[in-house]
Amino acid sequence: MSEPTKSQAPAATGRAGPIRGTVPVLRGVGEMRHLGLLAALAILIVVGLVTRPDNFATTSNLISILSLAATIGVITVGATFVIIGGGIDLSVGAVMALASVWATTLATQSYGPVVMAICAILVGTGAGLVNGWLIAYGRLVPFIATLAMLVAARGLAQRMSDRRTQLIQAENSAIVDLSTSRVLGIPLLVYIFALVVVLGWILLNRTTFGRRTYAVGGNPEAARLAGIDVRRHTMLLYALSGMCCGIAAILIMARTTTGSSTHGDLYELDAIAAVIIGGTLLTGGRGTIIGSILGLLIFTLITNLFILNGLNTSDQLIAKGLIIVVAVLLQRRNLKERSP
Amino acid sequence: MLVMQGIVKQFPGVRALDGVDLDVRAGEVHCLLGQNGAGKSTLIKVLAGVHQPDEGTIQFDGKEVRPTSPIDAIRLGFATIYQELDLVDGLSVAENIFLGHEHARLGFTNRAAANRAAAEVLDRLGHPDIRPSTEVGRLSPAAKQVVSMARALSHEARLIIMDEPSAALAHDEVANLFRIIRELTAQGVAVVYISHRLEEIRDIGDRVTVLKDGRTVAVGLPARDTPTSRIVSLMTGRNVEYVFPARGGRELGDEVLRVENLSARGVFSDVSFSVRAGEIVGLAGLVGSGRSEILEAVYGARPASGRVLLSGKQVRRGVVGTVKHGMGLAPEERKAQALLLDQSVTANITLGTLPEFARFGWIDRKRERAEARRLSEMLSIRPPDPERPIRTLSGGNQQKAVLARWLLGGRRLLLLDEPTRGVDVGARAELYAVIHDLAKQGIGVLLVSSEVPEVLGLADRVLVLREGRVIHEGDAAGLDEHRVLDMIMNGKAA
Repeated sequence: MSEPTKSQAPAATGRAGPIRGTVPVLRGVGEMRHLGLLAALAILIVVGLVTRPDNFATTSNLISILSLAATIGVITVGATFVIIGGGIDLSVGAVMALASVWATTLATQSYGPVVMAICAILVGTGAGLVNGWLIAYGRLVPFIATLAMLVAARGLAQRMSDRRTQLIQAENSAIVDLSTSRVLGIPLLVYIFALVVVLGWILLNRTTFGRRTYAVGGNPEAARLAGIDVRRHTMLLYALSGMCCGIAAILIMARTTTGSSTHGDLYELDAIAAVIIGGTLLTGGRGTIIGSILGLLIFTLITNLFILNGLNTSDQLIAKGLIIVVAVLLQRRNLKERSP
Repeated sequence: MLVMQGIVKQFPGVRALDGVDLDVRAGEVHCLLGQNGAGKSTLIKVLAGVHQPDEGTIQFDGKEVRPTSPIDAIRLGFATIYQELDLVDGLSVAENIFLGHEHARLGFTNRAAANRAAAEVLDRLGHPDIRPSTEVGRLSPAAKQVVSMARALSHEARLIIMDEPSAALAHDEVANLFRIIRELTAQGVAVVYISHRLEEIRDIGDRVTVLKDGRTVAVGLPARDTPTSRIVSLMTGRNVEYVFPARGGRELGDEVLRVENLSARGVFSDVSFSVRAGEIVGLAGLVGSGRSEILEAVYGARPASGRVLLSGKQVRRGVVGTVKHGMGLAPEERKAQALLLDQSVTANITLGTLPEFARFGWIDRKRERAEARRLSEMLSIRPPDPERPIRTLSGGNQQKAVLARWLLGGRRLLLLDEPTRGVDVGARAELYAVIHDLAKQGIGVLLVSSEVPEVLGLADRVLVLREGRVIHEGDAAGLDEHRVLDMIMNGKAA
């Protein structure tokens, strides 16, 4: 089992001398508390190598894992911001679907691939702004506002597409190239994913925006009394999440060559699960991008292993459920040990 | 009926109760008096089973008892009605009354029986008008209090402890509360009544016990005819050493803050005053006198009518605006309102002035850390490692970090709400020196403290507040603790 390592590592840093290891804001990539996640990942890789020595470590399998992770990964970056900021965004999958449909209508497609991409991002950001406005200024509970958006965006996507899958036309194949063209053997969309992760990490760890995200999620009253415009910041967090959904829409269009109202079904659950496994508190104020991405990779690897070994997909869901519970139980133990 | 002897309760760094005696007779209203920090709340919590005493005995009906949990205390017949009523808003009156001991069979609640029994208890309290099926959230504060008392009665409580029950009530509602208390005592129930309002104590109380610094200084004084001056002098002259920096050495500059006719309905009204650069102005008053609320209103964190001018210019409402104009607030509840406990000392210090460390949103972390280090050295925040999570610091050092936050970015006015709450004596002296230094640098300071000696020792000028109004304004040098307490408790500008 990998988990014991995980629970011990942060506790140890928590006791020793200057407690640098536990300050999330100032943390870098190679943090102690990600050791557990890395260990879990390593174990899954070993399991893959042992059970399917023939086709686990092949380039094509690894690339398919990364391509699979890329779409939800971009969404997960946005979700990490929202959750650290003390909120939740249930609408991500539906907003991504809406953005993919809007970008692939014949009308949008007539303007070419660049406009399609911009359209997807704008639709996503717009939906996020609506979420954020309802939550920050309309004082709706995040769960309710984004649940409403989930339902409504899915409906709007169905209406726009007439429930038909919209193909990307040949003249706009530049979008599809994101998944087929490779640099150093890796599809472009994986680079986009990596870029979003890096930019997200910088935004969270090196800017006033990121610092305020921790403040707003950790103690909104203290943030308000320190002169931070909490409402505006909350709105921006949801807009950011929506923008990530727009980017994810481009990636899924590239992978499937379509825009469809059925894209991204239940993505919100995978994204939230990844964030939680990664150690971000649902109550806000604490968490890391790296953790979320590791959580997501663990999830994706499990899916991959089950498929490679021809196992039942229902069992796969059970395994994922167990992992969420185990991860959260271990994190709770860490929290207890850390507080004086 | 209840005899407590030599109760001692020690908390890390504080001896909250240091030998308290209390004896309460059946059917009497026994009043507990004492300044903030005298140990009243701790004593109540011992009776309520929340804290266990380190030393001392509690006898009830001649038998020694030792409530080890709230449930235990209730079983003994002790009921506590806290200042913040602990009712569940979403449940009905009857459900609240019988919360924890529902009328149920096999886990199914018997609503009809509960409603009947609730109606009976409410009737006994003289409130047949409160319907048992009403949702508690819809009731007035006074009615909620009746429900709290009904809950106490439903437990067959024989001793009811009330912590400032009149604080949330209007005048006529207080009269009703007293009527209920009289009915209860007539039935042999004993009431321990805590209030700061002397006239109430004279009205409802039978005997008075006075606490000071965790000790009983007077037991069983007659509530009606003990002279006010004697009660006040028992409460004052606290033994805590206050070391204040010497006055003077400060030059008062131009007016930085002018407040004109500030009012908020039901909280405070028609408050006007000014603060000059380098001046420390203190607000003295009880909890509920509006002192913290006035600070919040000046800071823009609470809506109010009237004008707030900073250096002669009217400031935009809202905290974002006032902070930009050079105000800073160290709020009353340090942990809940000021700190990001998971974050480093540095992140907490720079929270209010983050844009000054950033270019296009990009934080210059080197400069940020250097500034945090400089300030934490200046205020001697210990341990001297600004990268530590702030939760590992002591209360006094956390408070210094909150002050350090507002030493950045050229503040002109600092609002300090209970700056030494939960801070030990040594650290207090340091904080006083820091506050003094700030004023010396030409910052105007508006100070709120429930400890009168603190206000008098630090401030140049003092405003005395009572029930949302300024009843006295004058130089701190011309006032003493006795007079101020007299004013805030009796309402007379002596």
